[in-house]
Amino acid sequence: MENRKEVYFDNSATTRVFDSVRDVMVEAMTSDYGNTSSRHMKGVEAERYIREAREEIAGSLKVKEKEIVFTSGGTESNNMALIGAAMAARRKGNHLITTCIEHASVYNTMSFLEEQGFRITYLPVDQDGIVSLDALREAICDDTILVSIMYVNNEMGAVEPVAEIGKLIKSIRPDIYFHVDAIQAYGKYVIRPKKEGIDLMSVSGHKIHGPKGVGFLYVDEKVRIKPIIFGGGQQKGMRSGTENVPGCAGLGMAVREIYKDHDERVERLYALKDRLVQGLSSLEGVTVHGRTGRDSAPQIVSAGFEGVRAEVLLHALEDRGIYVSSGSACSSNHPGVSGTLRGIGVRESLLDSTLRFSFGVFNTEDEVDYCLEVLRELLPVLRRYRRA
Amino acid sequence: MNYRSFLIKYAEIGVKGKNRYLFEDALVKQIHHRLKRLEGGFTVTKEAGRIYAEASEAFDFDEVVNALQHVFGIVGICPMLQIEDNGYEDLKAQVVRYIGEAYENKNFTFKVVARRGNKQYPVVSDQINRDLGEVILNAYPETRVDVHNPDVLLRVEVRHKINIFSETIPGPGGMPIGTAGKAMLLLSGGIDSPVAGYMVAKRGVTLEATYFHAPPYTSERAKQKVVDLAKLVAKYTGPIKLNVVNFTDIQLYIYDQCPHDELTIIMRRYMMRIAEAIAKESDCLALITGESIGQVASQTLQSLGVTNAVCELPVMRPLIAFDKQDIVDISLKIDTYETSVLPYEDCCTIFVAKHPVTKPNLKRIEMSETKLSEKIDEMVKTAIETREVIRCI
Repeated sequence: MENRKEVYFDNSATTRVFDSVRDVMVEAMTSDYGNTSSRHMKGVEAERYIREAREEIAGSLKVKEKEIVFTSGGTESNNMALIGAAMAARRKGNHLITTCIEHASVYNTMSFLEEQGFRITYLPVDQDGIVSLDALREAICDDTILVSIMYVNNEMGAVEPVAEIGKLIKSIRPDIYFHVDAIQAYGKYVIRPKKEGIDLMSVSGHKIHGPKGVGFLYVDEKVRIKPIIFGGGQQKGMRSGTENVPGCAGLGMAVREIYKDHDERVERLYALKDRLVQGLSSLEGVTVHGRTGRDSAPQIVSAGFEGVRAEVLLHALEDRGIYVSSGSACSSNHPGVSGTLRGIGVRESLLDSTLRFSFGVFNTEDEVDYCLEVLRELLPVLRRYRRA
Repeated sequence: MNYRSFLIKYAEIGVKGKNRYLFEDALVKQIHHRLKRLEGGFTVTKEAGRIYAEASEAFDFDEVVNALQHVFGIVGICPMLQIEDNGYEDLKAQVVRYIGEAYENKNFTFKVVARRGNKQYPVVSDQINRDLGEVILNAYPETRVDVHNPDVLLRVEVRHKINIFSETIPGPGGMPIGTAGKAMLLLSGGIDSPVAGYMVAKRGVTLEATYFHAPPYTSERAKQKVVDLAKLVAKYTGPIKLNVVNFTDIQLYIYDQCPHDELTIIMRRYMMRIAEAIAKESDCLALITGESIGQVASQTLQSLGVTNAVCELPVMRPLIAFDKQDIVDISLKIDTYETSVLPYEDCCTIFVAKHPVTKPNLKRIEMSETKLSEKIDEMVKTAIETREVIRCI
């Protein structure tokens, strides 16, 4: 196709890396390719990348460097936080609390822990996807060892009141661990774990224009969790395995970029979001789910399209060079309907008709306009043909 | 045991009279084709009703057996020790060595069956049987002879060289590909059509395939799935030329013009028409579908009749009387099941009515189709001309 436009609105699935991220990774793979555990110069050079990345990350959160554990990404961070904390605290109790809109890497880990004999409470959310503090207060009991709540929901961009939740938990029992899945929030919000009562926090590299296959878990120094991966004792035994030096270097660089001019970047995302939401509202039979504007995450718009199947609309947009996702890309591997959308009470007819648009730093207002223009053209055609 | 060669048994083609050499040559060609991609430097030869595959260098035994088990026409694969005729005493020693290496546990009953292809050989078959039995019993006292129901049937064929073998690994059976002409398979992403293609190909038929793609209603992944399925079937049948026909416009046109409960049946009639046109272009002698009576609304006898009415070429439906479970069993055996059940929508179901007609009447369907007369011929022509061809190996 000649002059094909490409509009990537699936940045909550993954992002294109910054050029500077690519450059530092190439350097770490080609010149400074040593193993950090080696005693010689090559090892020392490699270690420098890890140290710098750790400094960058710790600085962005105002925490200590030793509180950052590198992982293979968001899924591993969530697994490590939940299983590691549950194993470490099992003598204190066997009750964990989470919400009904978590990502599969929390949800399925909780299911695993349930099989291992832990008791799990799943908190409901309101129609905007926000968890109720009262329900949390009621759920906490003597046996509770951990609460895990996501910062920004990946499917609809609901923002949970993390600081209030942290305060509430600590006011009831300071020894309950508070884990936050911040995979969709880090880079969009300035997060201060120490002030928000967060003990454990998961982050992924490839959602912030960093590389895939790397992420980190913040572990407050006062918190003891058990490792879930064993081996050569790297990262103080918390996460064995040769450090992913290019990955960590890339992640560190992405953190530096994303938090440089942070406020401005976020403003730009909100501007894109407002523009899209406004345009969608002017189309017939389109419902934007959850809150919009500053009450919601800057990068995610979830919308239901009456009378059109999400998959069909997705492919029709793809045909015009626009890439979006149906539900969340992670749950799209298992067609079946999104847990979050059901959780917020989206009506049955829209469950299978919802698309997620998610922005990144490379998107422009022109792209939003183009997307709206294409939707305006496609929707009537697609609505004409449906299951008879 | 380090086997160097295989004796390949075939059954049906042994009885094909004067055409027999054609079938044998096709089988030799198929075996050669399959083995040349593997290590071993195999040569494949035929000799008086026998096919041999012989390695000239080291090879992976399991890999070679697996490859041979994908060649239609083979009923048995016998790993074989082939020796020069260096005298009767040497034969005895070689047989003892063979048994020693081929069977770790010697606690079995056996029988020796010798055959002299070479009647010049100084010892008669019966005597060979007795003498070899004796040396085996002497060498391995745990073994016993059982002439009626032996655990191990040791065959010794005295020909130009001497073949010693005792194990037969089953092959897929059927007839060698390339001996029965070519047919066009209507391949969807489901469980049935790959099995149907496999079954017909097993009778020696070369396959070509057609898939109907309906973007944006079916995804690029659905198409990839069909390509993957064609590749899996091609492991048995050799390369398959896959025609991918864009069917969206025709489908929408039918949707606009015809009653919705007849949508599926009319759509299938157009699929058959298009597949047949491509089939004729490629010199195919028949069409193949995965239909089975009553499986869905479009596969009742009435529907099959209405669909069939548009075709001139014979339509082969090898699964017509199979239960779903039987089809699933074959798809598991030929390794297409896992790919078939990947959840991508195919174009037959996207507009399916809540209550499609199950007993369509040919006259009425033909009447409905007259509403398409304005544009449909041109659309069919475009669909055929713009098809994408993918070679699946």
